[in-house]
Amino acid sequence: MEHDITLTVNDTEHEIAVEPRTLLVHTLRDALGYTGANVGCESSLCGACTVTMDGDAVKSCTVLAVQADGTEIETVEGLAEDGDFHPIQEGFRKEHGLQCGYCTPGMMMTARELLEDNPDPDEAEIREAIEGNLCRCTGYQNIVNAVEFAADRMETDAANRDIAADGGTDRTTDTVEDE
Amino acid sequence: MSIETIEAEEIDVEEVLGSAIERREDPELVTGEGVYTDDVQDPELAHMAVLRSQYGHAEIDGIDTSEAEAMDGVIGVYTAEDIDEAGTPGDLPVGWLLPDLKTPSHPILAGDRARYQGDGVAVVVAEERYLAHDALDRIDVDYERLDAVVDPKAAVEADAPQLHDWSEDPTDTDVRDDEDIERVPPNQAFDWEIGDSEATDEAFENAAHTVEVDLENQRLIPNAMEPRATVAEYKPGTGEVEVQMTSQNPHLHRQLMSAVLDVPEHKLHIVAPEVGGGFGSKIHHYPDEALTCWCAMQLERPVKWQATRSETYLTDAHGRDHVTHAELAMDDAGTITGMRVTTYAGMGAYLSTFAPSIPTYLYGTLLSGQYDIPAIHCNVIGSFTNGAPVDAYRGAGRPEALYVVERLVTLGAREMGMDPAAFRRQNFIPEDDFPHETPVAVVYDSGDYEPALDAALEMVEYEELRERQAELREEDRYLGIGFSSYIEACGLAPSELAGQLGAQAGLWESGLVRVHPSGTVTAFCGTSGHGQGHETTYAQIVSDELGVPYEDIEIVEGDTDEIPQGMGTYGSRSAAVGGSALATSSQKVVDKARTIAAHLLETGEEDLEFENGEFNVAGAPERSMTIQEVAQQAYLAHNIPEGVEPGLEETSFYDPENFTFPFGTHVAVVEVDPESGEIEFHQYAAVDDVGNQINPKIVEGQIHGGIAQGIGQALYEGAVYDDNGTLLTGSMQDYAVPKAEHVPNMETDATVTPAPHNPLGVKGVGEAGTIASPQAVVNAVTDALQPFDIDHIDMPLTEEKVWRAVNGSEEGS
Repeated sequence: MEHDITLTVNDTEHEIAVEPRTLLVHTLRDALGYTGANVGCESSLCGACTVTMDGDAVKSCTVLAVQADGTEIETVEGLAEDGDFHPIQEGFRKEHGLQCGYCTPGMMMTARELLEDNPDPDEAEIREAIEGNLCRCTGYQNIVNAVEFAADRMETDAANRDIAADGGTDRTTDTVEDE
Repeated sequence: MSIETIEAEEIDVEEVLGSAIERREDPELVTGEGVYTDDVQDPELAHMAVLRSQYGHAEIDGIDTSEAEAMDGVIGVYTAEDIDEAGTPGDLPVGWLLPDLKTPSHPILAGDRARYQGDGVAVVVAEERYLAHDALDRIDVDYERLDAVVDPKAAVEADAPQLHDWSEDPTDTDVRDDEDIERVPPNQAFDWEIGDSEATDEAFENAAHTVEVDLENQRLIPNAMEPRATVAEYKPGTGEVEVQMTSQNPHLHRQLMSAVLDVPEHKLHIVAPEVGGGFGSKIHHYPDEALTCWCAMQLERPVKWQATRSETYLTDAHGRDHVTHAELAMDDAGTITGMRVTTYAGMGAYLSTFAPSIPTYLYGTLLSGQYDIPAIHCNVIGSFTNGAPVDAYRGAGRPEALYVVERLVTLGAREMGMDPAAFRRQNFIPEDDFPHETPVAVVYDSGDYEPALDAALEMVEYEELRERQAELREEDRYLGIGFSSYIEACGLAPSELAGQLGAQAGLWESGLVRVHPSGTVTAFCGTSGHGQGHETTYAQIVSDELGVPYEDIEIVEGDTDEIPQGMGTYGSRSAAVGGSALATSSQKVVDKARTIAAHLLETGEEDLEFENGEFNVAGAPERSMTIQEVAQQAYLAHNIPEGVEPGLEETSFYDPENFTFPFGTHVAVVEVDPESGEIEFHQYAAVDDVGNQINPKIVEGQIHGGIAQGIGQALYEGAVYDDNGTLLTGSMQDYAVPKAEHVPNMETDATVTPAPHNPLGVKGVGEAGTIASPQAVVNAVTDALQPFDIDHIDMPLTEEKVWRAVNGSEEGS
């Protein structure tokens, strides 16, 4: 028997009927066309299928689609905004943090969760955070560098936003004073 | 220190070669847009699943598929009988033959006997992925279990259970009269040797010192992150079969599959879309890809097969599996005088595509390492065992060889009471002795080993490090320093030699460079990248040769309809052979463009200089044409020289003169806790000489990944079968693919000795790290444990093994 569920994926709401046993990753990939999350092991060990569910990184091969009913899912397809790479994507490219790219979507979603919880992780913290995501190509070193790059970029971006916001306030103040 | 990448738009053609340009592959891969095989969607797709023998060795007395066939949504269930009835050859070929090699039939579905756990017994095609797997459970196979053998050495003992029947009568599985056993042991695939046995024995008789070691190079499971997959569609109107599959060599797969399925080569179109890693495992022709095509042809529907991770554990060709006895002879000054090696190499249940070449020509020929050794003899017995077939896995024969060499050399230094670095230096082939012919049939064309060793010693501050080691030992802390001075042979070549050695394929590569009328370029290469960044590096090569901006060049790989021909990506061959094909084609394009430009500029070809994409008349620089302008004229063809055809594109089939021989020295520094057996990295330094570097960032990435894979072998990984042939390490839970916390920070440096015989001076880098690192780690651990008199521990050096070694020796002393 199929169940009707609602999934909000990268801010787009989808209503879909799924079998109770259908995995979230197969629903995302086969039914909804979000093929960025990859299936590497069907057992939550490799992390290639990692997406965020209500902000938490989850292995979508061990979440049933029905369990995700009503949640907000973010996949790799939702990382870039208005055609601009997310700092994590930029970091992976700049630091050669990927080779075959199969683990990369999951790795980046895990990195995203890490940087939300801990905006300035050290190397050991990064290595620990991504221990549920296997990569066979890179030896991890450039992935660690990519996450560090992203952390720095996000910090700079935030600082710039603050300055821009302060500048805006100042100008408003100036305008007020001029009047 | 990490190499900084450069944005493509910042690069001029003068500096495009050798620059760490960001990879052009990445934007698709970091956004999820890249299409891997399982991403291919089609509303008509049916899904195939394979029923696999759960036993390592069993007779199949019958298969009842009726219940599965009756299920709603099941479209077809097939067994070996159906393949036979369809008249399909269905037998996988062996791509490398040795003298007296036994080549048992390798059917795409097992008929009367399953010979390893995972051997395919039946396939189901169903409307839906899960349903196909459900239906597998409804197939009833009547198995009669047989005794199994999994150890490569035990497999050739006279009383071992026999896997294949060598008698004339294929139904008679028990022909084993005593005479036969004496002549050829039951599971022996081959008995191969290289080197001079007599000279080697003599070296040992006259030796002042000898060392010996029994070691295993354990069976490994490749674990590319993307499991194998195939999507096939048959077009009944034209008889064409369209295939998308996880392939490192689509043309080779086309050639082999054409024979297996009896589909003409020109009717098979194979595309490798994005491929999520290979490490060798996607070179070979497995049953599953052919079965997917066969089902698509039977049903006239597109069919998808996606392996589960469990299936990759059971059926991807495994690597290594050697049991070796090795000896080293030295004179009284510590100069090596001889090496003698006997290896039993497990082939698994059948011979995989290139399996016979791996423990022979890719192994025995590398046993001289970086050393001047007057006499070497190596004997390899290949044996059939009840395990997954063994074939090329990253390094393929060369890691096994260098493990033997570097373990022996380390033990030799210890025997002589010499420093291991000094012992290596003393025995290196001197810089002025190249080309150097080894006693194992290869000629090293170039090399200069001391600078790499010196650089590595400097990186770890060696003298201070030895002092620190001594200090720490006073505190009962055990620091170890392990060396690996390695060599490898890449870019297997030339084809003629490969043919003499038994290859059933040439080992050239094709490259087509097409300059379009507008002056942009598309270049096609028969290699097939799957993470190596070829689209970036090949564009760098073509840009440098043609002087056309990097961003005006597109690279196409992995499609049998688009690319003339190809041999694929493996054996660190792509840059050295494929890159050289593209460079050669580019040079031919420039030659033709020069002819046309000379005609249009009304000068002699010899008076034209070509630099950065522009032809200039010598001494009259105002008279010039860009290559783009020449291209336009070549296609207009209104005014081209007589006898010159219109158009501007060239193809080469590049066949190298020799292998290339990358080398280097890696040093691992570890601390071992004898109380717990734990190993902690203090440092890992790698100095690699891969010749000229096209893109140093990509080189760095290949080295990192290779080292990590070798560290995986040294410390964590190992495929284990029980005596019944059941794989005990059948998942990522039981087989430790290294995680981020398992791999140390790696410091990399390079020396550059260009390869002398290819146009780019490149050697290849894909396997270097994996060939170098296992023995660096094992040598470091045994160095740390020298106070406990431990000479050797077999990989993987798990905490338990280390602890047992320490405690065993304590009990013994």
